[in-house]
Amino acid sequence: MAEGTAGLERRGAEPRVAAPSSLLPEVVAAPVPEAAITGGTAPGRRQSRRSRLFTLAVLAPVAVVGLFPFYWMVTTALTPRAAAIRVPPTLVPLDATLDNLVALFAQAPILLWAFNSLVIAAAIMVGHVVFDSMAGYAFARKRFPGKRLFFTLIVSSLMIPVHVTLVPRFILVTNLGLDDHLLGVIAPSIADVFGIFLMRQFMQSLPAELEEAARVDGASEWQVFWRIVLPLSMPAVATVAIFSFVGAWNAFLWPLIVLSDRALLTLPVGVALLQQEFSSNIGLQMAGALVGAVPMIVLFLLFQRHFLEGVRVGALKG
Amino acid sequence: MTASPAVSGIAGRVRRFRSRYSAGYLFVAPSMLFFLVFIFVPLGWSFLLSFQEFGFRTSTWVGLDNYIALVQDPIFRQSAVNTVIYSVFTVAVWVVIAMVLATLIHPLPPRLRTFFRAAYYLPAVTSAVFIALVWKWILNANPWGLANHVLSLFGAGPVGFISDPSPFAGASVALWSVILSSVLTIPAVGVVLYSAALAGIPQELYEAAETEGAGALAKFRYITVPLLKPITLYVAIIYTIAAFEVFERVYVMTGGGPGYATNTIVYSIWRTGFRFGDYGLASAQAFLLFVVIATISVLQFRALRSDVQY
Repeated sequence: MAEGTAGLERRGAEPRVAAPSSLLPEVVAAPVPEAAITGGTAPGRRQSRRSRLFTLAVLAPVAVVGLFPFYWMVTTALTPRAAAIRVPPTLVPLDATLDNLVALFAQAPILLWAFNSLVIAAAIMVGHVVFDSMAGYAFARKRFPGKRLFFTLIVSSLMIPVHVTLVPRFILVTNLGLDDHLLGVIAPSIADVFGIFLMRQFMQSLPAELEEAARVDGASEWQVFWRIVLPLSMPAVATVAIFSFVGAWNAFLWPLIVLSDRALLTLPVGVALLQQEFSSNIGLQMAGALVGAVPMIVLFLLFQRHFLEGVRVGALKG
Repeated sequence: MTASPAVSGIAGRVRRFRSRYSAGYLFVAPSMLFFLVFIFVPLGWSFLLSFQEFGFRTSTWVGLDNYIALVQDPIFRQSAVNTVIYSVFTVAVWVVIAMVLATLIHPLPPRLRTFFRAAYYLPAVTSAVFIALVWKWILNANPWGLANHVLSLFGAGPVGFISDPSPFAGASVALWSVILSSVLTIPAVGVVLYSAALAGIPQELYEAAETEGAGALAKFRYITVPLLKPITLYVAIIYTIAAFEVFERVYVMTGGGPGYATNTIVYSIWRTGFRFGDYGLASAQAFLLFVVIATISVLQFRALRSDVQY
């Protein structure tokens, strides 16, 4: 069934530049089979039972090792304080308790941190969606002198590690009066290369007729973009939005530098602070890590395809 | 209608230019402004800062002093060596693991494939801070530390892990412990990228190899590995860059210590710049990092240009 056509779209799977099949607008590609979205169709031939068993015997333990830190995070967060330092360690928390979580909410402004993280992540997400898609649209559709130069500059900025710009950015943000302010975290992340790249790639694949029709009907440039192109680009917008949100939520170094007021911290920075403030209370630290990690895990489980697709187009490192 | 000859001069050209191109400029303006203000200007600024020394509200030009100080500074040299050791080992292990896992996942039925990819990717969606915090707890030096408990089952230990600066196999126990915690984190991005590349290898190649009697290992060795070479290079490069920029893990697990046993370049940049407020020295360190990363990136772009032909 899908095997025949999928082979065609799978060619040229070079990183970064390939338009992912699931991101092609529906006009171009009919609904893509689930397998193609997650990276290709099953090979034609079946595995023998023995090699299947061998495969699973390797893959399953690796998954257990990979997921173990989460298990240990949850277990420790639910273990009473005294039991956490028992020898031998308790692998299954039979005496599970919510004490650590209760203590966490009582002794640390964890809800405030979650709120700050949410504000920052949402603002950066909106910034990326609006500004990245605007630039992506111009690069995909508009002709103007300097376009190539601009694009080359943006792509070449991928070579610049953020760490090189930390000090000047901090001086800049301080001079703007935005240090120790959520805006100081948001402003330097309000657009990014990946989103521009992805939006451009996607918009190039859209048929131009709709835009021309709208222009004939008297729509302004902005209306064409906002009413026609952006709604058609929703699959790409979704990928950009999710990656921006998760990236901003998990960001650590820049918020650590900019924010110092305890009430203004984000979850990763706040939880890292917990290990200094409550260095002997491991259950409380793990409870904090749990509160920070769970929202992203839920997001991942809800939007799995977008994550894997985003990585394929070269979303981020590590 | 009233186009007088006078307007069709320069003013007319300007008007035509504006009506034709202004939309394009307006659409790229916000992000170009962003890149200018927050990336390109700071890059140049950082370069200038690296030749200055900072006092309280003053700065003086000191030429290459910062760079000379860095080269002579045993602590910075150790940070650089630590970063290279960390990068070499984590990248090598990550690339191999990612390739093997993706190859094993590939022939599975779609449902299982999706399951394993999701299971492997899951840890990558949370902040490194939280995972590192758990690893610190697992690797703690006490007998109730999980890693030490496992060792005690084999009659070994207890080991100080991240709190032991004593030298071991060319680095310190603490650095090896940080490396261990990294390599036990599944290289999820690599698995996804390899999976996508595997889907592009024509099945006929494997079938042809089978008719000639090639086993699973031979097929992996002589078809999969060579055809994945371009993507291997790409994965290796993104992981090398990520490894060179390691920060959260060090910040949370060891704070660069004990002593400077696990100090890395980015950790050193952060500490110099934002703990000690020495912007000049931090900028010089950052610039050295930039040169390394930019070199790696250029290699990446070169390599990407030559694509594989099936």
